[in-house]
Amino acid sequence: MTGTERSGVEGTGQAARAGGSGGSSPQKDTAELVRKTAAELGELLSAGEVSAAEVAEAHLDRIAAVDGQVNAFLHVDRETTLAQARTVDERRAAGERLGPLAGVPVAHKDVFTTTDMPTTAGSKILEGWRPPYDATITARLREAGLVILGKTNMDEFAMGSSTENSAYFTSRNPWDLERIPGGSSGGSSAAVAAYEAPLSTGTDTGGSIRQPASVTGIVGMKPTYGGSSRYGVIAFASSLDTPGPFARTVLDAALLQEAFSGHDRMDSTSVAEAVPPVVEAARHADVDGLRIGVVKEFAGDGYDPGVSARFDEAVELLESLGAKVVEVSCPHFTYALPAYYLIAPSECSSNLARFDAMRYGLRVGDDGTRSAEEVMALTRAEGFGPEVKRRIMLGTYALSSGYYDAYYGKAQQVRTLIKRDFEAAFEQVDVLVSPTTPTTAFPIGERADDPIAMYLADLCTIPANLTGNAAISVPCGLSDGLPVGLQIMAPVLGDDRVYRVGAAVERALEDRWGGPLLAKAPAL
Amino acid sequence: MKYDEALARFEPVLGIETHIELGTASKMFCGCPTGFGAEPNTQVCPVCLGLPGSLPVTNRSAIEGIIKIGLALNCDIVEWCRFARKNYFYPDMPKNYQISQYDEPLCVDGHLDIEVEGETYRIEIERVHMEEDTGKSLHVGGTTGRIQGAEYSLVDYNRAGIPLVEIVTKPIPATGDRAPLVARAYATELRELVRSLGVSDVRMEQGSMRCDVNVSLMPRGAQEWGTRTETKNVNSLRSVERAVRSEIERQAGVLDGGGRVVQETRHFHEEDGRTTSGRSKEEAQDYRYFPEPDLVPMAPSREWVEELRGTLPELPAARRGRIQGEWGLSDLELRDVVNAGAVDLIEATIIQGTDAGAARKWWMNELSRRATEQGVELADLPITPEQVARVQAMLTAGELNDKLARKVFEGVLAGEGTPDEVVAKRGLKIVSDEGELSSVIDEVIAGNPDVADKIRAGKVAAAGALVGAVMKATRGQADAGRARELILEKLGAS
Amino acid sequence: MSAITRDEVSHLARLSRLALGDDELDHLAAQLDQIISAVARVQEVAAEDIPPTSHALPLTNVYRTDEARECLTPEQALAAAPATEGQRFRVPRILDEEA
Repeated sequence: MTGTERSGVEGTGQAARAGGSGGSSPQKDTAELVRKTAAELGELLSAGEVSAAEVAEAHLDRIAAVDGQVNAFLHVDRETTLAQARTVDERRAAGERLGPLAGVPVAHKDVFTTTDMPTTAGSKILEGWRPPYDATITARLREAGLVILGKTNMDEFAMGSSTENSAYFTSRNPWDLERIPGGSSGGSSAAVAAYEAPLSTGTDTGGSIRQPASVTGIVGMKPTYGGSSRYGVIAFASSLDTPGPFARTVLDAALLQEAFSGHDRMDSTSVAEAVPPVVEAARHADVDGLRIGVVKEFAGDGYDPGVSARFDEAVELLESLGAKVVEVSCPHFTYALPAYYLIAPSECSSNLARFDAMRYGLRVGDDGTRSAEEVMALTRAEGFGPEVKRRIMLGTYALSSGYYDAYYGKAQQVRTLIKRDFEAAFEQVDVLVSPTTPTTAFPIGERADDPIAMYLADLCTIPANLTGNAAISVPCGLSDGLPVGLQIMAPVLGDDRVYRVGAAVERALEDRWGGPLLAKAPAL
Repeated sequence: MKYDEALARFEPVLGIETHIELGTASKMFCGCPTGFGAEPNTQVCPVCLGLPGSLPVTNRSAIEGIIKIGLALNCDIVEWCRFARKNYFYPDMPKNYQISQYDEPLCVDGHLDIEVEGETYRIEIERVHMEEDTGKSLHVGGTTGRIQGAEYSLVDYNRAGIPLVEIVTKPIPATGDRAPLVARAYATELRELVRSLGVSDVRMEQGSMRCDVNVSLMPRGAQEWGTRTETKNVNSLRSVERAVRSEIERQAGVLDGGGRVVQETRHFHEEDGRTTSGRSKEEAQDYRYFPEPDLVPMAPSREWVEELRGTLPELPAARRGRIQGEWGLSDLELRDVVNAGAVDLIEATIIQGTDAGAARKWWMNELSRRATEQGVELADLPITPEQVARVQAMLTAGELNDKLARKVFEGVLAGEGTPDEVVAKRGLKIVSDEGELSSVIDEVIAGNPDVADKIRAGKVAAAGALVGAVMKATRGQADAGRARELILEKLGAS
Repeated sequence: MSAITRDEVSHLARLSRLALGDDELDHLAAQLDQIISAVARVQEVAAEDIPPTSHALPLTNVYRTDEARECLTPEQALAAAPATEGQRFRVPRILDEEA
């Protein structure tokens, strides 16, 4: 066990002890508070029926009680969190006009820089790093009065689909603790699915929000690229990375997205347009007359029968709600995966070059005789995990002189073809749908040393990353007791459309199920 | 091999890459200030330190600066281009990639005309592109303080991220034995040009202009160019000339001995004017350039480019042509004025009402001499063109003579105040009071009876000795001409 | 035939500044070979006349005003450094490769 692994566990362990002894306000049922949606909590908070400190405490207690099993958090600091909550209560008491999520807790992916908590991106090479600046999204969460519960576990540098690539530990799927919670934002999905937080943040480079949301039975949204700021997001693949929200309801996801989105002059790729009306769309929940395209290529071999069945039922449901469903061919979507596994590693090989033991982070082998070059190479060999090394090597290869045109160059051309497929499709339909991921949560360890099998988890989610489109995953049922997600994709800046369709699906399915899907999850 | 012999047998081909730091208020991709000489690591932020999560945002002024340079070099400004990442590991480069431009430079296909020994050479410009500077390392331990043999290094990132423009020439053939002079003249002209644009202070000694000099040799009459070497960071105009000369001699020696010139980076040494090989690379560098995903493409509108063209000042070559005519200078005089960096100063002095001859005389003689004595650039002397013009005005009005004027300059340069203040404090007005002068002359005649007798006897030339004595007695403040008249009058020799 | 040789993998490791042992190189060589063979599929569809796309969205001309803003303090800048001396980052000796 490494030093940080211990400290990570102790962090949650401390919360456990404090929660066990302290408890919260006797009048409030903390078990009830943690099951409320963010929208409900926001209303209780603004009505003064509960304080931000009480809400935070309830969630910290929940973390203390269950995170020993779930392993969602890399870092929890009860005092820092409660201090934030008290500040929100003071702001409210002082009459400040606060947003709808003021006082609502959020679990923050460890890829966002935070000045008051360590930021490691799940890597040993950044163990214990305290950034001197807040990510734009961190700052916006604070401004909106959201209370950060802690930093969530992730695949190292967001590379993976299971959190098994975290340098610290593997997070667990609350539906089955022997299974993966998805990745890379698996700590964030697990935290929300385990009622440790009503909301969490993630980043989606190839599906790292939608796939974990899908396999844990919650909502995960990848906004339009550039719609949410990357400033202070430790980069994996800059042209693909997109921060976005996790929540248990479509409306909550929209509220969180609205809270942290909008133009950021610190991010040159940030779009100048106003944030699409996502909250309004999430309340609208109507698909009557909407044209919905089923992506023909995302079906067949490799898809769990249960996944295909739930997907087909969801499409039928949409049709029954008045949507016009057509099959759409996007012939190049099947090339998205290989293109992605050239573009993302290429960018990552460059983005991760800065971890070199010179200015921050781990330094290995500096014995006074070795050169900087040797110390860099020793540090990187020890500080990066196998998947990160694999992708750095792959990206270095794809960009090398002699191979650039055949690999990186071709992948960029495929990107153009996929863009054209999307454009052609959106001339016929308003949104596209597919399963979010071909299978349900797989057992921990099953694909750990089979990168190609692991990469297949992102098969359906990658096209939207390559072209910057908005896409969401909403729960659409169970297969063998495990959640299945429906992916809804819209054009660039069409975020409101996916919320509208997602909310309609959510409402209709919850009517059918008699409540949210997550209610079917086994108790922890 | 001796230079002349080398040139008799080989024809050099040059190429010059020049890096120029732009004098913007903030860095290329972040808001840190750019001042030279600040305490280490006081002008850094998450962006220029390359901290995880940070992102670059392009400085508009830097882009305006490079476009102005491109226009002044007669380049085409492309309609669309991207930044690219140049990937290599080096401790003074915080991200271990440099944001630069690769196959899509912002400015292409320009030229700069230079003159060497009366002949004009057109230096073709391949490209001008935008990038960012690196930090600076201090090497500790070992014997020389140099990188070789150092025990460790200390890095200051204040310079990291300062906007850097790289100007690359096309190969410059057919310069023959003038190759070193052509290289120097190009660097000189480029420096003047950029300075005139006001986008950089182009101080080679501070590193805000740095040249890398490529040299290759081919046997006379051959068609194919030889292997080139790149001599890095040549940091004065004189060194540019010396580095080219030294590389020509060295390569000629290698080729003459039947050897092969190795394509490599070389370092120039100011002390002995030689170049030495950089560390021989185990493998060729592979920079793995790719389009910078954190920055969006640049598509400078034609309106913007034309607007910037409209702001260009009169460029040095045109200006030289104009002032040569207006000031009535010979080619040689013009060259001296340009080399002394005196054009702006003289012009500003003329604008204040001084005639061209006098303005040039003061700046090129008296003040140039004092600048040399103090080891500073002419422009750095603590005196303004307005002050020079004021001194000349007093001289013209007969309030000062030449000698007194020099004393006024001395006082101004010593920080004693404006010319008028120096005149007042030092009491430097010409003695024009006839009575006072007359009595001084009487004393001088009385003190030099022998000389006086000679003059009375008709040896008028001897009057000079008495004039000298009068000037001495008045501490130079007498009008020497008037004194001579009075002496001759008093001695009946007029 | 393998897509990538063991020597190439070793070269990539040097370029990437990863000091990998022989076992790790062997393991990676096999995996990279497999991955590269799989991703080479992009060559099937990308015809010559297709322009490349480097950015998700077609934005251009994003600039900021040239204004100096507040920096980190040297203490903040150096806080996470593995070693410092005289307000500078102390680093192992540098081989003369680029400067």
